[in-house]
Amino acid sequence: MAKSIRARATLKGDTVTVKALITHTMETGLRKDEKTGKKIPAHFIQEVTCAHNGKEVVLAQWGPAVSKNPYLSYQFTGGKSGDDVSISWVDNKGEKDSLTTKIK
Amino acid sequence: MQRRTFLKGSLASGTVAVAVSAGLLTPGAVMAAWPKTAFEAEDMQKAMSDLFGSAQTTPSDDISIKAPDIAENGAVVPVSVETGIGGVEEIAIIAEKNGTPLAANFKLADNAKGYVSTRIKMAKTSNVIAVVKAGGKAYSARKEVKVTIGGCGG
Repeated sequence: MAKSIRARATLKGDTVTVKALITHTMETGLRKDEKTGKKIPAHFIQEVTCAHNGKEVVLAQWGPAVSKNPYLSYQFTGGKSGDDVSISWVDNKGEKDSLTTKIK
Repeated sequence: MQRRTFLKGSLASGTVAVAVSAGLLTPGAVMAAWPKTAFEAEDMQKAMSDLFGSAQTTPSDDISIKAPDIAENGAVVPVSVETGIGGVEEIAIIAEKNGTPLAANFKLADNAKGYVSTRIKMAKTSNVIAVVKAGGKAYSARKEVKVTIGGCGG
């Protein structure tokens, strides 16, 4: 499906820069519903795995303090144009998504 | 995470195993690896010792934190951390005065550069602290961010 992730990987010199945006509520569990006064349960991404040609480059571990619709950027070396860059996330409810894109 | 959902999660581990074999999840992304106690710690020292085994860090000039001096909206504070320290293994981003200070931790492979960028929520004006673990040692840098509207609660 991969509808929740938008990512771009660009090569400049020997460095690949990956920028990704994920659509997710990143609910902290502290907010209250204005109508009912009940707490909205926590719902946030816990881990984002970023790989290059199937090999893990960055493993991001997140708490609820990462902003809604998270942005993530990182850099690595050893990538070539056309290589696969994949990003996958899993949240505290076990929901997940992933996306594979090519280095430009 | 609630204990109840955690228990449910472990009962559902069969499903997770299927997901692993189907290649949907890499073993590194299995939930058990997520440092729960560090993210739930209510003070920075405890979060750091849970995460790195020690709250001791050496201040370093070789870490730069890019974040706004004044954040109008605490719900979205862009933070970038860059370091020239060699052999970086992990970079953690901590908002000192948040209810649970640890915001994010990044584990970096050998070919990853010492750079990460993301956006975090900040409850109030506080230091943003970057902890860089390299060669088994922890280095840190801090930058104050003034927050005019808090990003937690509502």
